[in-house]
Amino acid sequence: AAAGTAGLLLPLSETEQQRYSELFSRCCPPPEAAAGGSSVGELFRASQLPPDTLHQITEVCGAKRVGYFGPAQFYIALKLIAAAQSGFPVRIESIKNELPLPRFMALKNDTEVRYGTPAEFHGVKFQVPHATLEKNSYKRTDEGDKQEPKSPSMSPICSPPASPSTYQRIPLSYGYGKARSGLEQQHGAPYEVRHSTHQPDGPSSGNYGAKSAVTCSTPNRSLSVEREQQDSSTQYSDDPWRITEEQRDYYINQFRSLQPDLNAFISGSVAKNFFTKSKLPIPELSHIWELSDVDCDGALTLAEFCAAFHLVVARKNGYQLPETLPETLLPEYLQAACLKPMRDCAQFDSYPEPLPGSQQARDFSRTEKSSAEEVPDNSALLQDGKKDDKQALKVSTTLKTIPKEFQHLTMKAAAQEPHALRARPRSRSYSSTSIEDAMKKGEEPPTPPPRPQKSHSRASSLDLNKVFQQNTQAVRSGWLPPPPPALPPRPSVSQTEQPSEVELHPQMNRPPSQAEENSSAKKEVVLAQPPSKPTRRKLRTEAQGLETPELSPTINVTSSLPAVKPHLPVQKQSSKQKRAIQTAIRKNKEANAVLARLNSELQQQLKEVHKERIALETQLEQLRPVTVL
Amino acid sequence: PSQCDLFCSQNYPLYIRSVPTENELKFHYTVHTSLDVVDEKISAMGKALVDQRELYLGLLYPTEDYKVYGYVTNSKVKFVMVVDSSNTALRDNEIRSMFRKLHNSYTDIMCNPFYNPGDRIHSRAFDTMVNSMMMQVC
Repeated sequence: AAAGTAGLLLPLSETEQQRYSELFSRCCPPPEAAAGGSSVGELFRASQLPPDTLHQITEVCGAKRVGYFGPAQFYIALKLIAAAQSGFPVRIESIKNELPLPRFMALKNDTEVRYGTPAEFHGVKFQVPHATLEKNSYKRTDEGDKQEPKSPSMSPICSPPASPSTYQRIPLSYGYGKARSGLEQQHGAPYEVRHSTHQPDGPSSGNYGAKSAVTCSTPNRSLSVEREQQDSSTQYSDDPWRITEEQRDYYINQFRSLQPDLNAFISGSVAKNFFTKSKLPIPELSHIWELSDVDCDGALTLAEFCAAFHLVVARKNGYQLPETLPETLLPEYLQAACLKPMRDCAQFDSYPEPLPGSQQARDFSRTEKSSAEEVPDNSALLQDGKKDDKQALKVSTTLKTIPKEFQHLTMKAAAQEPHALRARPRSRSYSSTSIEDAMKKGEEPPTPPPRPQKSHSRASSLDLNKVFQQNTQAVRSGWLPPPPPALPPRPSVSQTEQPSEVELHPQMNRPPSQAEENSSAKKEVVLAQPPSKPTRRKLRTEAQGLETPELSPTINVTSSLPAVKPHLPVQKQSSKQKRAIQTAIRKNKEANAVLARLNSELQQQLKEVHKERIALETQLEQLRPVTVL
Repeated sequence: PSQCDLFCSQNYPLYIRSVPTENELKFHYTVHTSLDVVDEKISAMGKALVDQRELYLGLLYPTEDYKVYGYVTNSKVKFVMVVDSSNTALRDNEIRSMFRKLHNSYTDIMCNPFYNPGDRIHSRAFDTMVNSMMMQVC
């Protein structure tokens, strides 16, 4: 019988040879010649093939015939498992093909095995989750540098499965491909850490504790089994930078614990405290932040938070942090994924055959990847090409808040480097403005501490996001101060200002069509007689994105407006029109006067502000210690 | 050859990068002496308005074979750039834009809650940006 199976020349590649011999020695302690049936059974079950397939394999490989798993039978069986997992029928012929290594769920690394005998393993398993998880992650970070980011070892730690949710978790964890489950088990470990340290979220903690318990129940049976690495990283489900549905849900729950509104931000300090609890070293956390805070505003959206959390988790599991944010962790990608979770579930959860599932998923990601591949630089910030609505809004917010010279420069910089287009509306307004611009913009708070510090910006972004939530879906316009709070001096002059404002708008709306200004402007004047303040603001906000370049000329335009007007009526003959035009002229003159008054008032304000500033500066000088170098 | 430095308000360095790396000591010396000039300019401004033009200090002083440019932020963080005089193609605008980029990147770093102001800067993104910028210059 041995001869019968050995007569089949089994071509094994080197990696296969290595793997198989390791597995064999795992299942079969050296002195014996044949693998123990129970450990082999565990291994086979870990391959996640249906039982009849396994029986078939056992038959075909000849073990049934000989009654034991000798090396030959074992190797054949492994090959058949690989074949079955790749979708080939269980036949002797199948194993002649080139096959990937067979995959087994819930396997440990070599190093893990070296560190722990099965006995210790059990003991470790039932220790207090917190302590052992610490040890686990400590070990992990040791190993992290040694290992390439291959299959992370399974966490041997599980809390005793107390809740019935355990059973719910079982199908899920089985449903996932091996790599992912391994990753999840890993995540079970650090999840526990975080849970125990800061999150008294009872049910979810119980859930996730149970989850790691559940996934430990499989290792329970396959303690001695070692997992094998996918031969190529093209295997989609193995991508460690891809967030699974469960992980995403977990991250979302965590986000909720920090910030109930899923569309709002987590501020930097909150996030800092949160991630510091993961006990990663600060420089690494700093790097993770850099990677995940794509728009560099000091706050994390849900997508950014998920990315950051995922990076932390990955790092704790021994993966090296990437230099740039992987595509699957980009906010747009994550948001897109978040928006259609159910569809993704269908894709990600189809795990009877990991390959077909990965095929679909690979195509799904290809659209994102292909656009990302064109970007030469490795910075995640260069993914601007993919942001469509976000970019549009960012451009518009840029335009809104930055005076034209800045807009110029931002645009120029954007031409040079795509990433500079990552709009900086939080901008350099404080560094930039001349008086004129500050006046013109009128949206920066004219009162003293005008420099938006980090906290200020973030606070404003938090508020503003709520304000703009209705208008923009999940797009951050955080740097655009809402018109209402930023215009305290305006209300007093708003009434008088309105006619001029409205006139400005029609003017702005039709800069090129001076020719038809005659009739149209007239009509505008007539129609726009009772402008309301909200209307003005609305016009401002909405139209401003388009019209900021024209904002500066508006003041000039206003002065030219009355000048232009007189020319136009020359064409018209009817006296009625003449009269209307004259009224228009008068109104424009009034508007002019109003604006001039406004100008002087604002100048006055500015002077006062300067005085205050001077006072503050002298105070500062006095307070400063004498020795200033 | 050029060098790019960042100093905090107490005038100790937050970030120093030279390309190429020989002669670095000379650059360090130059930069430290230029801090005096920077302080001079800042104090001269006094109560003037804070606007873009005044953040950029311009050519601090030219020496025999290199020029030193300065830039100071509102929080008195100083950027100093030393460039080779032989690099005549480098216009003022370019220097300004380089400082602006530096300033932008610096603000990004500031946004990182894990960064304590006053620490040395170890951000990789910042390094990348500075490197690319200095490659352009040299």
